[in-house]
Amino acid sequence: MQALDGNAIGGLLIDVFGTEMTTVTGTCAGCGTSSQVAEFAVYRQAPGTVVRCRSCSSILMVFVQVRGMTCVDLRGLASLG
Amino acid sequence: MAGTALRGRLTWQIAMVDTVTDETARVRTIVLDVPQWPGHRAGQHLDVRLTAEDGYRAERSYSIASAPGEPVAITVERLDDGEVSPYLTQELRAGDELELRGPIGGYFVWEPEDDGPLMLVAGGSGIVPLRAMLRHRQRSGSAIPARLLYSSRTLPDVIYQSELSRYADGVEVTCTLTRQQPPGWTGRAGRVDAKLLSEVCWPAAVSPLAYVCGPTSFVEAAAAGLVGLGYPPHRVKTERFGATGGR
Repeated sequence: MQALDGNAIGGLLIDVFGTEMTTVTGTCAGCGTSSQVAEFAVYRQAPGTVVRCRSCSSILMVFVQVRGMTCVDLRGLASLG
Repeated sequence: MAGTALRGRLTWQIAMVDTVTDETARVRTIVLDVPQWPGHRAGQHLDVRLTAEDGYRAERSYSIASAPGEPVAITVERLDDGEVSPYLTQELRAGDELELRGPIGGYFVWEPEDDGPLMLVAGGSGIVPLRAMLRHRQRSGSAIPARLLYSSRTLPDVIYQSELSRYADGVEVTCTLTRQQPPGWTGRAGRVDAKLLSEVCWPAAVSPLAYVCGPTSFVEAAAAGLVGLGYPPHRVKTERFGATGGR
């Protein structure tokens, strides 16, 4: 499965966070690597959007949309912004 | 402030198709009249949403092909098994309406104030946001020297061919054709690899700023190649289209 990058979910992130997020720095809770959201690996083929760390592949964020509602899981991030 | 990204919630809006222009057999540029457009930066994208009669919706993200200050345009490559691109490239006509939101993204953008010579590396339709940067460079009167290395399969697949051939005055365009080269072809042949990058790209010593856009595998190979040439990773900005269309 080919990974995209955080650029691909700029619109989704504005929906969720209310602001441009692709230049915000996130830190992986697994390995501690920090990078801009645009640099995260993004998989959209799943029944949702899965965002992983490029260094250790840990899941950082998951977004699932159900009936117009977006469920957000950010447990893989030690920090964001 | 004109030319900055919209902050806050993005709202879907209805745009009107102004013109459609075929770039290649599979690629079309769509110029849009967007009434509530806040202005965009070179390299940003927008989301397009199609709604079927039964309510099913499909969204795709497309790079903006035009420079800041120009009418909003997207350039779309048709993917035969796509949900959105066949409609955009074959059905959509001038005067039709299209639902979109944008501009989106702040990472893969270039401003004339950014320092260092500009190194653009594109694979296939990855040329689209880089074309917006070249047009922005020209329209803003920037003297920053720029190089473009653009990989396509064959000559008929080269998007913006005539426009790219006209650039001069500080812009060097190098095309490489990976599958087939026409008789008399004077450009490069073969994939973008370490050797080609080392021959065409700015040396790392001049502190270039690089933008790499294209299919995922292309971007990863080209970005790794630039880092191998000594470009600091933070000076190599990447945008991956994937293989599923849009980006």
